[in-house]
Amino acid sequence: MAKPSDAIDPVLGPIQTDARDDRSRVHVGARASLVVVWLALLAIPLLGLNDYVVSLGTSFLINLILIGSLNVLIGYCGQISLGHAGFYGLGAYAAGILSAKLGLNPWLGLPAACVVSAIAALVIGIPALRLKGHYLAMATLGFNAILSVLFDQLVPWTGGPNGLLGVKPLALASFALSNQARIFPLVWLCAGLVMLALLNLIQSRVGRAMRAIATSEIAAQSLGVDAFHYKLIVFVLTAAMAGLAGSLYVESNLYASPESFGFSTSILLVAMVALGGWGRYAGAFFGALIYTVAPELLRTFQDAQYLIFGAGMIAVLLFFPGGLAGAGEGVARLWRRWRS
Amino acid sequence: MSAGSAGATALQLLFAGVGNGAIYALIALGFNVIFKSTGALNFAQGEWVMLGGMIAAAAISAHAPIWAGCLAAVAIVAAIGLLSERLIVAPLKRPTPMLITLLSIGLAISTKSMVMLVLGKDPAGYPGFSGDAVLNIFGARVPAQTLWIIGITLVFILAAHFFFERTILGKSLRAVAADRDAASLVGINVERSVMWSFVIGALAGGIAGAIITPQTFTSYDQGGLIGFKGFSAAMLGGIGNLYGGMLGGLLLGLLETFAAGYVSSHFKDAVAFIVLLIILFALPSGLLGRSEAQRV
Repeated sequence: MAKPSDAIDPVLGPIQTDARDDRSRVHVGARASLVVVWLALLAIPLLGLNDYVVSLGTSFLINLILIGSLNVLIGYCGQISLGHAGFYGLGAYAAGILSAKLGLNPWLGLPAACVVSAIAALVIGIPALRLKGHYLAMATLGFNAILSVLFDQLVPWTGGPNGLLGVKPLALASFALSNQARIFPLVWLCAGLVMLALLNLIQSRVGRAMRAIATSEIAAQSLGVDAFHYKLIVFVLTAAMAGLAGSLYVESNLYASPESFGFSTSILLVAMVALGGWGRYAGAFFGALIYTVAPELLRTFQDAQYLIFGAGMIAVLLFFPGGLAGAGEGVARLWRRWRS
Repeated sequence: MSAGSAGATALQLLFAGVGNGAIYALIALGFNVIFKSTGALNFAQGEWVMLGGMIAAAAISAHAPIWAGCLAAVAIVAAIGLLSERLIVAPLKRPTPMLITLLSIGLAISTKSMVMLVLGKDPAGYPGFSGDAVLNIFGARVPAQTLWIIGITLVFILAAHFFFERTILGKSLRAVAADRDAASLVGINVERSVMWSFVIGALAGGIAGAIITPQTFTSYDQGGLIGFKGFSAAMLGGIGNLYGGMLGGLLLGLLETFAAGYVSSHFKDAVAFIVLLIILFALPSGLLGRSEAQRV
């Protein structure tokens, strides 16, 4: 029998060779853990902690939507996108402009952000996903570069480098969700729904097709999987989720500025997917946690923080090619072996 | 505007565009060499360009002659490329393209922050190789440094061509790029060739940085953007195709410069990238890439 560690491909994540029922057990476990983690997260604002902690909680959840969706695209479907921050920004500006410049009801911003990002993904994805290799990376990178220029230069709409001001908060009747504690439950709900949707997607017919495509596109196609079709579905869906994250970002900060959505953010998001553990459902949680908390913890090191971050990233990938979630699986395996 | 001055403007933009294009071509060459040997996209490529400029500027501000500062910078960047490969890529038990790509992101962040810590955050620059001389060519004002950039790039590309076509090491690198297993069967050290590809990649980046900095200045955070331009040039020419990368770089440089000159300097990056995407969608394998039949 192969050692368990042999069944983990650094590119594709765990490859379950022998265990059909093992996988369903894993996913029942995942759904139960998701519910537990979610209820625990709701406690953040209830603890009466200060605004700072609650705002970290909000950013964690927004980052979780971003990294969770990107993880499905990269880790499960094998498609590298260097434009996730672009879709994120498109959502943020779509929602922000609707409320700040057009004076529409801010609630419209959430669905509008999803739709705008999804349409953009469709326009980029249809030509790019027909091509093999790194074309999606190139097309999304170019797309993100174009968006960055537009965010920066369309000053009458986006406010340019000074950022978009005057975004109105969401409101339930006369109760405005105008501070972090008030908007937290909404972000919590959205992030929970997205993570549940991603879990369902992974286990669905689309999810199986996705993993087949990531393993070998040609083999998948020879078995009747329409690779282009499934890649496009996943790409558009994950872009819409990034758009949603953008609208939540702009509604919780009431502000957006171009540098949050440049391609360096896209690269960092890819890095977080890897650090968390790509192709592993729990990886998104670790990735979002690092992305949210590391800058706060490392702040005391001032200029050295980036070096610590970069070196730490290299160390994690060198020693745990499966990221932190992969390392966690390794520990759990050792624990089981030790007990039996 | 008279016809003469319009012609001079066009000529001036042409020189500037070819100069920018030469830089992108150098970076694309570095990208391609590493892509060929590892299958990975190297995100640290742009950082090596920045590093070349920053080290040269530091040496020159410490009163080294310009040529000596630039040569030292190029040598140090190549050594850093070697060191990076030995420390990060060589120890990998299973060096998949994705893992190397991701590690190169960590490498880029580390390189950038190391430069910030050691050489500071201020933008740095130095005079061109012929001072700040500006030549008048048929009415177009062309900085002498632009000609240096074009010339040095040509020499480097010819040297690279000679290296890959005529030397044993260069041929062995091409053999590994064509088929790792077959190359290793005939006794070529595959791991060694990955190491050399990093040295060549860093060398190309370091040279690009040392020759462009007199024109643009540089600072620790400039690596990312120029790296992406180089990546785009490589994609445009057909990734993995050494000569395609040069054509791609030239085209990108011209596109960008003419877009800035005739359309709008605010939107030059957007215009360049839009044209780039349209070309790629029309010619999926890049300008010089061949569509290959893949054996399964």
